Amino acid sequence: MHEYSIVGALLARVDAEARARGATAVHRLTVRIGELAGVEIDLLTTAFATFRDRTVCAHADLNVMPVAAVWTCPVCSGEIERGSVLRCAACGVPARLTQGDEILLDRIEMEVP
Amino acid sequence: MCDSCGCGDPEVVPVDVHDRILAGNDRAAAHNREHFRDRHVVAINLMGSPGAGKTAVLETTARMMAGRQQLGALAGDLATDHDADRLRQAGITAKSITTGSACHLDAAMVHRGLHDLPWHDVDYLFIENVGNLVCPAVYDLGQEANVVALSVTEGVDKPLKYPVMFLKADLVLITKIDLLPHLPQIRVEAIADALAHVMPRPHYICVSANTGEGMEQWLAWLEQVRVRQPCREVTHHP
Repeated sequence: MHEYSIVGALLARVDAEARARGATAVHRLTVRIGELAGVEIDLLTTAFATFRDRTVCAHADLNVMPVAAVWTCPVCSGEIERGSVLRCAACGVPARLTQGDEILLDRIEMEVP
Repeated sequence: MCDSCGCGDPEVVPVDVHDRILAGNDRAAAHNREHFRDRHVVAINLMGSPGAGKTAVLETTARMMAGRQQLGALAGDLATDHDADRLRQAGITAKSITTGSACHLDAAMVHRGLHDLPWHDVDYLFIENVGNLVCPAVYDLGQEANVVALSVTEGVDKPLKYPVMFLKADLVLITKIDLLPHLPQIRVEAIADALAHVMPRPHYICVSANTGEGMEQWLAWLEQVRVRQPCREVTHHP
């Protein structure tokens, strides 16, 4: 249930940004969560709904953009098929994760007086 | 104030951040890493399920390294001091980090733990994480390498069920291999195959803390990490 601690870090970060800009409320947060980030999106959403009370995000929506895992060959740039061994069949080198481990705060939409 | 139409409504401003939500933890981890490297201490984040044999491996490691290398340990434990007690009895300078209900260690907890541990003169500092195959993988602690203990009694498909944990591992210790004769359905080759599907560089060593089998190989791996330090560069996407 580390999703709760991730939401804690998210709210602290948003609070700091909102203060720096003198925002009175936050309308919407956009986060990107990779398939291999180790974060359950459902739990993250529940944790956000629980913890946003009495913060600048009290009425904010959480927009979660899931990012699929993509493994590619660092030599030929070919994509490794999902569910296969993480090694390029043609080049014989270990695959590289090119996306899918993100735990990112992308955008904050805030109300500025 | 909205100044496009003069309605007087507050303006909604989009602010692009594009930053890791755990950036605060990453900074704390970088700080720990700097401390470890300054002191030439090799920090190893040891993860695995409850009961995978993390403490037992460290006990045997300490006995085998006695007189050669100085070992320290921070043991993440939900409620007790049992693991740290066992580690101290094996000659390791050890302290518990009691996490209460927290399911993982983060970099700040490790930093606070270091304040209570005389770690400056150790060669290796093992951070024995909370027994859990999910949450600990998400947090950088400032370690030089991640090691995951996976016991043969856990079955062959754990890597496929918990890919993130194994994806982050620099080494997997397949533990309790002395039990293999009693587990006809468990084949090490099947575990290795599962690892190859979740780790781009699958690297594992089979060990038994009881019989000592494979432990020399594990010690050699540790020595390699010490000589090559710094070997781990932490990269995040994008």
